[in-house]
Parts: sequence; C-alpha cells; structure tokens
Amino acid sequence: MTPAEIRDEILDILSEITPDEDLSGLDDDKSFREQLELDSMDFLDIVMELRKRHRVQIAEDEYGNLASMASTVTYLEPKMRDIVNA
Amino acid sequence: MSFADRTSQLPDDQRVVITGIGLTSPNGHNLEMFRESLLAGQSGVRKYNIRYVGDTLAGVCEFESTKYQSRRDMRRGTRAGTVGIWAASEAIQRSGIDWPNVDKSKVGIYIGVTEHGNVETENEIHSIKAYDYDTTYWSHHHNPRTVANNPAGEIALNMGITGPHYTIGAACAAGNAGIIQGVQMLRLHECDLAISGGVSESIHTFGIFASFKSQGALASHDDPTKASRPFDQTRNGIVVSEGACLYVLERLSDAKARSANIIAEVVSYAINTDATDFVLPNPERQAQCVNLALSRGCLTADHIDIVSTHATGTSSGDSQECIALRNVFQDCENIRFNNTKSFIGHAMGAAGALELAGNLPSFQDRVCHATINVDNLDPECALPGLVINQPQELPKVDYILNNSFGMLGINSVVIVRRF
Repeated sequence: MTPAEIRDEILDILSEITPDEDLSGLDDDKSFREQLELDSMDFLDIVMELRKRHRVQIAEDEYGNLASMASTVTYLEPKMRDIVNA
Repeated sequence: MSFADRTSQLPDDQRVVITGIGLTSPNGHNLEMFRESLLAGQSGVRKYNIRYVGDTLAGVCEFESTKYQSRRDMRRGTRAGTVGIWAASEAIQRSGIDWPNVDKSKVGIYIGVTEHGNVETENEIHSIKAYDYDTTYWSHHHNPRTVANNPAGEIALNMGITGPHYTIGAACAAGNAGIIQGVQMLRLHECDLAISGGVSESIHTFGIFASFKSQGALASHDDPTKASRPFDQTRNGIVVSEGACLYVLERLSDAKARSANIIAEVVSYAINTDATDFVLPNPERQAQCVNLALSRGCLTADHIDIVSTHATGTSSGDSQECIALRNVFQDCENIRFNNTKSFIGHAMGAAGALELAGNLPSFQDRVCHATINVDNLDPECALPGLVINQPQELPKVDYILNNSFGMLGINSVVIVRRF
C-alpha cells in the first residue's frame, strides 16, 4: 500500500469509529484526539481494525505513533508497504 | 375520593407515583402509539432472520435512535443501552420535570433485564471464528458491553446521572422487579427520582431463539401477526421481542410540590419464588404472590378491575397461570383479564413494564384492551372476564394488577391505582 492508500484506510477506520464526524477537513498534522475527541478505547479500535484487516501488529509501547494522521501513516508505511490493496 | 388500599393512608413521602413513561415496543414507540395499537388489534410481530437459527419471527422496535444518542455511542454500546436511553429520555421529557436543574446525584436508575451479555459474546465468538479463534482479535469493548449493569450504566453516561445505577436480573419478571426496586429506593430516600422498568435486546442473540426452539417453546405461524396467541388452543410457544419501558417514579410529596401530572400510584407489589422447577411454573406460588400483593396493600381480589396476565403462549405456562388466577379471582364477577404479548410477543426484561404501561390509559378511558389471536379458546384458559379479541369498556377502572413471571420460578406482581 502506498502512503496515500494507508491514509485512505485509516480514514475508513476513523469513519467507522466516529460515524457522526465529518472527516473531510481532517488536518493530518494535528492530533486525532484534539480534532475528534478520541479516547483510549477508540485508539484500541484503530489497532484492532488494522490487525483484523491487514494482520498488522502494533505493540502497546508503539501506540503513541498513532497520534495524528501524519504520524500514523509514517509509522505504518514500512509495515504496510507490501500489502496489496484488495 | 378515598381509596381502600393501605398506601393511600401513608404519608406522602412514602407514597410513590408514576409521573412519566417512555417506551419502545414492536407496535409503537410512545405510549399513545402503543395504546392505539393495543386498542386497534395491531400486532408488532414480523418475519425475522438471525444467524444459525435462520428464518423465524420476532417483535422488532423502530424508533429514532439518534434523537438521544450519537451513532458513535450506539456503536460503542449495546442495543439494550440504546433502547434504554430512548425510554429513559422520553420518560424524563414526558414527566415535565425541569431536568437541567434536577440534582443528578439524587436520581437512581433501576433496570430489569432477563439476560444481558449474550448478544455481545455471540458476536465476538462469531467474529473471531474468521481468525481461527485467536483471542487477540477479541474486542476490548466486550467487557464494558457485557457487564451486568451495562444498560443502566449507558443511561447514566448518556444523561449525566450520578446517583445509583444497576440492573435487576429477574428473568421475565424483570420489568416489574425494576419498578419495585425504584419504589423501594424512593421510600428509603436513597434517591429522589427513580428511572425504573425494564429493557430487552434479546432478539439479537440467536441463543435465546435456539434454546426456546430446543425446548419446543418457540412460536411459529404462517401469519407472523397470529404467532403470539396466548390462551388459544393452537398456541405453540413464545415470540421473542425487543423493547424498553421506563417510568419516572417520584414520591408523592415531590410530585405534588412540582405540580406534576400524576399518571398512577404504585400501591402494592410482591415477589416470591416457586422453588420447584427451572422452567415449569407453579400456580400455587403464583397465586401466593398475587395474594401477597393484595394483602400488603390491604386490598381484596374484588378491588382489582383489570389483571394484565403474564401468559406467553406456551402450552403449560398459560393454563398454569389460569389456575392461579381462578384460585385468587374466582368470586370476582366484574374483573377483566387481558394479555399484551398477543400483540407484541414476549419483550423479556421489558415485558412486565410494557404490559403495565399499555393498560394505564384505562384509568382515563375505562377501556380494557383485549388479548388477540384467540380463534379457539383453550377451555383450560377460559377465564370468565377474559377480554377476547375486542376491547371492552368498563364501568370503572381503579386498580390494575400486573403479573410477570420468569424462569427459575420468579413471580412478581405490581398493583397500581388511578390517581
């Protein structure tokens, strides 16, 4: 997956977690928590969805990399670059 | 006007009244719609499909769930929480209380449930099957969704209520048990306002359908609206339904102080236990429960105008309840019996509370709704006074007695009076 495809995938996961939010104006450099009021259970949802959809494993001490869209894509790119988007 | 019951002699801060009702039922999402359906003979049972069991029948609720809850919270929570939030919010709104200025630490939430957690556990097991049952794919939401207090806790979270909240597990007697708990807590001054009643999400667990089917107690009929048919000779079991019915209960002194619209007064109640079988009812204990509720309220059988029966449409259960009712009410010429499950199926934890609610407008219109789908009355269920298929106008309605019984032999009775 390319960084753009990873971003789309994260957006899709976020749209499931926060169905009431309009994600079109999401600022990639601002934290999710600040923009979407995500809590720890929501971040665990992101981790679980990545695991379920792509078998991507994220260690607990690396959850901090999922703070914003930019940091998430940067962190996931090496883990997901070999995944072929279905 | 003075009444005979003991409760009317109590000081106002020991008397508990109903000042608001919120509900969702398979045939109406507020009391007016529900009552209209009951008087019109409108069933809420439809065709339904659930995994593993396949095509069956159920009572399904339709209401504007996003009116009081975000889609995000709905996703995070449970269906029991969602129907509960709807009913609680509607009940508070309809009570006319100045909710923003209510001390939320003095509000108690007491929710009857038949079961809770089956839906989410089944969902998770179904989900991890795709991952060869690797439990690292098991949702972190499972525990908060399945803890037994979940439906009450979701209401508390949604409405900012900081007083006590918990559920009362009482099988299919739970709706009455929730009301009783609220009355008791108000009398003890543990809270100033109680949100009490019952909820059911049971149509979302295949296990409850499968278990009734294995027991030979799951209703079937070519016409879904005829499937739930208590007292009919051809009845063949239960239609499982979802729903919620929650009451705003207040001490009479508080209700008077805010000039509340008082719908009815809870004048007596009783809960007892058969201690004889896991599933089969015991009419002797049921009769004892009814008599206990009457005697506690200093009432006699002939004070009761309408008995809302529990009958679920099972072969044994209906006739056994009729034995109990004959035992207690045999000399009562003017009493009327009806049944709500014939319209909406068995709403499990919500059943008792819903079935009482549908009868409460009788205090104003003096009409007793019927039990429908009785094409061939079972002689064993031919109670004199059974209102069959068409509603009946009565000369007076002062007292309604609501039966609600459940597995493991739990029996509950609530008696309410016109106010």
